[in-house]
Amino acid sequence: MAEGSEAAPPPAAASTEIEQALKDLASEDAAVQEAAVQTLIAQGDAGVLPRLEEMRLNGDRSLRLAIKSVIDLLKNKEKLRSRRPEERRSAAADLATIGKPVALTWLEAALASEPDRWARYTIEESISLIKLAGSDPAVKAAAAAKLGDLRSQNAVPLLKELAGSSTLRDPQGRPKDDRGATGSGQGSEQAPSAGSGQGDQASQVAQAAQEAIERIESWGSWTSAIETLFRGISLSSVLLLMALGLAIIFGLMGVINMAHGEFMMLGAYATFLTQEGFKAYLPGGLFDYYFLLAMPCSFLAAGLFGLVLEASLIRFLYGRPLETLLATWGVSLVLIQGARVIFGDLTSVVAPSWLSGGLQVMVGVQLPYNRLFIIALAALCVVGIHLLLFRTGVGLKVRAVMQNRDMSACLAIPTRKVDAYTFAFGSGLAGLAGCALTLIGNVEPGLGQNYIVDSFMVVVTGGVGKLAGTVAASLGIGGLNKLLEPSFGAVYGKVLILILVILFLQRRPSGLFSIKGRQVES
Amino acid sequence: MTDDERARGLGVTASEVNHHMQDRERGEGLSFWLVGFFLLIALPLLNVLPGQDSWLHVSDFTLNLFGKFLAFAILALGLDLIWGYTGILSLGHGVFFGLGAYAIGMNMMLSIGTESVYGSSLPDFMVWNQVKELPLFWKPFYNPWFAVAAAILVPTIFAALFGFLAFRSRIKGVYFSIITQALALSAWLVFNRNETNLGGTNGLTDFKTLLGFRLSEPGTQRGLYVATVLVLGAAYLLCRWITRSRTGKVLVAIRDSEQRVLFSGYSPATYKLFVFVVSAALAGLAGALYVPQVGIITPAQIGVLPSIEMVIWVAVGGRGTLVGAVLGAVGVNLGRSILTNHFPELWPFFLGGLFIAVVLLFPDGFIGLIRKIRGGQSWFHKPVVTAER
Repeated sequence: MAEGSEAAPPPAAASTEIEQALKDLASEDAAVQEAAVQTLIAQGDAGVLPRLEEMRLNGDRSLRLAIKSVIDLLKNKEKLRSRRPEERRSAAADLATIGKPVALTWLEAALASEPDRWARYTIEESISLIKLAGSDPAVKAAAAAKLGDLRSQNAVPLLKELAGSSTLRDPQGRPKDDRGATGSGQGSEQAPSAGSGQGDQASQVAQAAQEAIERIESWGSWTSAIETLFRGISLSSVLLLMALGLAIIFGLMGVINMAHGEFMMLGAYATFLTQEGFKAYLPGGLFDYYFLLAMPCSFLAAGLFGLVLEASLIRFLYGRPLETLLATWGVSLVLIQGARVIFGDLTSVVAPSWLSGGLQVMVGVQLPYNRLFIIALAALCVVGIHLLLFRTGVGLKVRAVMQNRDMSACLAIPTRKVDAYTFAFGSGLAGLAGCALTLIGNVEPGLGQNYIVDSFMVVVTGGVGKLAGTVAASLGIGGLNKLLEPSFGAVYGKVLILILVILFLQRRPSGLFSIKGRQVES
Repeated sequence: MTDDERARGLGVTASEVNHHMQDRERGEGLSFWLVGFFLLIALPLLNVLPGQDSWLHVSDFTLNLFGKFLAFAILALGLDLIWGYTGILSLGHGVFFGLGAYAIGMNMMLSIGTESVYGSSLPDFMVWNQVKELPLFWKPFYNPWFAVAAAILVPTIFAALFGFLAFRSRIKGVYFSIITQALALSAWLVFNRNETNLGGTNGLTDFKTLLGFRLSEPGTQRGLYVATVLVLGAAYLLCRWITRSRTGKVLVAIRDSEQRVLFSGYSPATYKLFVFVVSAALAGLAGALYVPQVGIITPAQIGVLPSIEMVIWVAVGGRGTLVGAVLGAVGVNLGRSILTNHFPELWPFFLGGLFIAVVLLFPDGFIGLIRKIRGGQSWFHKPVVTAER
């Protein structure tokens, strides 16, 4: 605080002072060196950074250490003026970690001109954190209260230390804390009887810290609930992307496509290849946009493969779902091993920079952009498929074949063509899902296997032929998965879901939503 | 609908049924005893009598390998009963196999005693996981006869529970297949966990003795082989008895038209539950015989992939024929052990191709192929129709 209240020296005097300090830095005398460091920090002129870097390269150990502390501070001070809010935030956070009181003035100055809400938040948090580490009990108590206001998760360790340490020193502190929570007037009344004024002040800090911790922790349970919810929605959207294709294919043709997960894998590898192509043949500046091309690529790759598979295998097996299950399982084995032979065991895709980072929605909750992107993509797919099925002529034909194949054929709907294109479309959707999955995981031959059973559960639970059923079931299963995970663990959560699905099918054997018809047999 | 599809939908034709009745008895008894004699007496004798380098000699390794295949054949019989005859495709039979295998494995684990690596009376993996005391559910497995009973009863009870829920709510067709596949996945996940105290990913292994006999002795392995052949024979006779009984006819009827069976006053759910439970018990028995011969059981052997592979044994042999199931189990596994020895990376291609080929090209499997070649005259017990729907 002392440095902070000093007025900045006039520029001319400052430059000579800096020159002197730079010279003094190299001094053998530790005291002179220390004074030089203090001067440089107090001046806070980032212009000396290049010269310091140079000196650091040539200096001995003690000089390097001295310079490093200066550089760390000055660099972050410089970064506070960066144009990117994320950089400003990280600089503020770093300054709090370094914890030098001198940074307070810089932070306060930055705060005054900071337009970004979350950068303001971080700067305020850093200011309070530095103040909390200071020595003045009144300031400390105020800082603790402020951190409680801010719900700062970062402050918890320090606050805990403060709340705990004064309890050790002052045995009265703890009980007073508890009473303090009910009525603050009573607390201050009783404080003088506890002993010295210092003890009183320390316990005030402890009390403030304790209250702050409680506020932060109650907030933390909220944020973790919200995060669980988000993770559930995120998983649901992946399942949904996969199950949409499956449900359409199964609903229309009665084909169980066990290779659906491998179509997803194909989409993921198509994305990988697009990325590699961009790396090899296009200028680096364009790299970030590869993903925009990868999406249609993966859709087409998987869709084309679907078309081929339909023509060569599936069309011989219509009306025999169990046979399609076995045959497509064989296809999946071949595809997995093929991918393993061609691409090896594990590769990964670099997510484009515009999908890195996250959206801060509230204190302590950051939603990663890549997951948000997948959720948006899933939502878009649902809307798109809905429009396609219910607002276009093609969709009308598809629905007609789905409801009554023979009658549709009589009405000159080319059922074979409808089948083939629907299968290709469903496969393409899987490819798109695979493309999306590369954002949150590795690309490996067994990629599809991780989701196939779950997404079939979605289809079974959701019922066949209704989009709403698939959406509801994937939200339900994905959400439950993440909801049960914290208390039961991932494994038992899954087992529990299986049991729940079986029990659910007791009541509704044909799933959540099903087309009502006169047929007894499905 | 194309003509093809319509023709397939018709299913049973009268001539097929007639063939079925005529061929049924002919020659089958004879071939049963012939094959039985070969497996039960000839193979073990060839293992014992000729010298090591005689071309007739059957090595301990080969005998052991066949023991393993024949254990699989027991499972295939049960699977055929439920899929080939009743038309229910279970993709979760690995679980029942695993339950049987783990039951015997637990007994053998305990009978290691202090011979284990760590010299503790607890199984080694418990020492690693710092389990201090034997979990309660392990204790009865000190008694081998309890373990044998559990190997059959645990899968039976589990299948009864699962089947009751599934069949009561009329989950059928692919729905049932998917649910059982999820069951296999869940079981795999649970058995993989360390805190269930079943050995985690490494499973149960390093067995020393069974019923006091040392497993490393060729004599013990020979005994196990003979036991497997005997059980297989008994299982075959049981399945033949079931399929020829009135119940067997209802099972086939359920496969061909469940609705008609229901409207004729039968309760398909009860019959389905019965056949599901029987096949689960056979799978458990197979697991129990498999473990001491192979010496290890891990979750990887009971998951989704092995469970669906079991189906392909039956399909390759010829579903709906008991002989086909046995042939398929032995044949596919023989092919597997040869191929994985020489071209390990080719096996998945081969297996995948087998799935496709058996569905597309020869849906009646090996037996169906022979029948075609012989112009419909066969010694073997052939199916009334193929199990298609």
